[in-house]
Amino acid sequence: MSQMLLEIRNATKLYKQRRVGGVKKEVVALQNFNLSIPKQPASIITIAGESGSGKTTLAQLVLGFTHLTSGQIIFDGQDISTADARQMKDYRRHVQAVFQDPFGVYNPFYRVEHVFNMVINNFQLSNRQSTSRELMERALNIVGLRGEDVLRKYPHQLSGGQRQRIMMARAYMVSPKLIVADEPVSMVDASLRASILDVMIRLKEEVGISFLYITHDLSTAYQIGDQIYILYQGAIAEKGNTINVIDHPHHPYVQLLVDSVPVPNPDVKWEGEIVLPPEEEMRTTVHAGCRFYPRCPARMDRCLEAQPPLYNVDNLDHEVSCYLYDNKTQAVVTTP
Amino acid sequence: MTEENHKQPPVLKVRDLRVYYETPKGDVLAVDGIDFDLFKGETLGLVGESGSGKSTAAMGILQLVVPPGRIVEGEVLLEGKNLLGLPEQALRAVRWIKLALIPQGAMNSLNPTMKVSDQIKDVIVAHEGRKSKKELKDRVLELLTMVGLPGRVYDLYPHELSGGMKQRVCIAMAIALNPTIIIADESTSALDVVVQRVVAQTMLKVKQALGVSMIMIGHDMGLMAQMVDRVAVMYSGKIVEIAPVKEIFADPKHPYSQLLIESVPSLKERKPLKITEGITHDPRNPPPGCIFQLRCPFVMDVCRSIAPPMQEVKPGQQVACHLYQPSEDGSFINVADVVGNT
Repeated sequence: MSQMLLEIRNATKLYKQRRVGGVKKEVVALQNFNLSIPKQPASIITIAGESGSGKTTLAQLVLGFTHLTSGQIIFDGQDISTADARQMKDYRRHVQAVFQDPFGVYNPFYRVEHVFNMVINNFQLSNRQSTSRELMERALNIVGLRGEDVLRKYPHQLSGGQRQRIMMARAYMVSPKLIVADEPVSMVDASLRASILDVMIRLKEEVGISFLYITHDLSTAYQIGDQIYILYQGAIAEKGNTINVIDHPHHPYVQLLVDSVPVPNPDVKWEGEIVLPPEEEMRTTVHAGCRFYPRCPARMDRCLEAQPPLYNVDNLDHEVSCYLYDNKTQAVVTTP
Repeated sequence: MTEENHKQPPVLKVRDLRVYYETPKGDVLAVDGIDFDLFKGETLGLVGESGSGKSTAAMGILQLVVPPGRIVEGEVLLEGKNLLGLPEQALRAVRWIKLALIPQGAMNSLNPTMKVSDQIKDVIVAHEGRKSKKELKDRVLELLTMVGLPGRVYDLYPHELSGGMKQRVCIAMAIALNPTIIIADESTSALDVVVQRVVAQTMLKVKQALGVSMIMIGHDMGLMAQMVDRVAVMYSGKIVEIAPVKEIFADPKHPYSQLLIESVPSLKERKPLKITEGITHDPRNPPPGCIFQLRCPFVMDVCRSIAPPMQEVKPGQQVACHLYQPSEDGSFINVADVVGNT
């Protein structure tokens, strides 16, 4: 049996785009992407990046909503593209999802308990009302809610934070091994986000569920994440231990990203101005070199030749896809 | 900058503004008696969680409340003149010319079938009357430059622009008529951090160049720290604290402001998560006394019966909380500290 819970190997996903005039173009959503999540211990893996970086594509691939152009997704030793129906049902049970919009996932006509009843029926978790109720109660307790407070309510009677926690409880009920959480806090009020992040930590530590936490918000990732992968236009720019990466960003894009997060301190203001590129024409081509080249302040000719491999930096769990860190080039690097 | 401007009369005074939404089970008190001043060249941040009435307050100021909402009472004094009760015709002379709005999700408010330049021209022509082609084109190009967009945007349609560019077109439209006040409702919250920074810096630059006053609505405290001069904290339809931005971050007085500051996720250190529930009472039927009593860690008996008045506990820092009581020398002391020490 594999030591890895989830392995993504050399994954590439292209979307075909039809242009007026009959010229077909392909959009690279994910390029040669690798990721692995060990079985033990459970961990929270953050996938971060701006819109169009491929993070939601990754979530959809892992959830089986769309398929890879090339590469493999292996869950518990089984390639999911070759799984049979029974294995697939098993996979769908072990990999659960929590989505961005805490309202859209509910049917507004049904009470909250309907959400749980559907899961119980689908996976035949119980065939008696009393045990069903017990299951619901246990799941809700884990996320800090009580059945009598929420089960008979309609979705609109709950706050965004409560709705997302109920989604976490629903996922917990089928004892998954992995929860794919696609921007679970971005539509929830800032002051309520902590309650959802707290549930994620508890599910990880007390129940042993791993998370693929997809977000554009580095600060929440910094608070709860174990490992982080920062994507830029479908490729890994930098990855490693969350604290290492955010405290000492090495890739020029990640440095810009970390620097742009508004600091909640009126005495520390943004320094300098940045200019966005007028066009991102490189987006639509399968391009050999580094994708950040057009915007990079430290670009070299070499960057156009091939996608930079991941270089280990600081002798820690920290890798950067940038030629500046190729020891052979001996480039002088200034970190802010 | 704001110090001097505070000596002049404020450009906007809001007094006891109340906006209610009618529901079958009674009125929701969305904005329930707020007072604040906005000075020339100042940026005021209006913060609070969803449902606290931030956006409704903006709509009340602009007289854009639509049924089932209604403005119950209050005064909105723009340069001394009350806008409430003005006929629609007179309001048209104020909106956009004096008071411009960058609405929530502004980038989706552009007309997809019109070129960017035509939409900006529309604004100018609708309010200032016809102008020569040359004059209009020059003005639009000048506006685009001002928000940092290249001239080629002139001939583009909204779908050809990125989110950040569309957002900057909306800023260009808001400043097209040289307004006195810009109200920006969550105007950067749908953007990526890098783009958000570009748009925020554009707004700061434009504000400085034109000397306009701004009301910035949002819940991102990090962004507030970067952009505003003063912060008004709203909770369930009321302003609970108004203070200079430095004071709000360094020494928040109201327990809700304290909670808001503590719950800002940091990129500097990992700290234990601060878990809170949202607004817990029914907004149709707020409890008597202090609006925050059900969530307040320092709640006292007096909070359950008497609504705390707004008091100035430090120069420029006003808070509505029973915790702060004047001492003999006129300064304010925190009652909880005194009880804790004895």
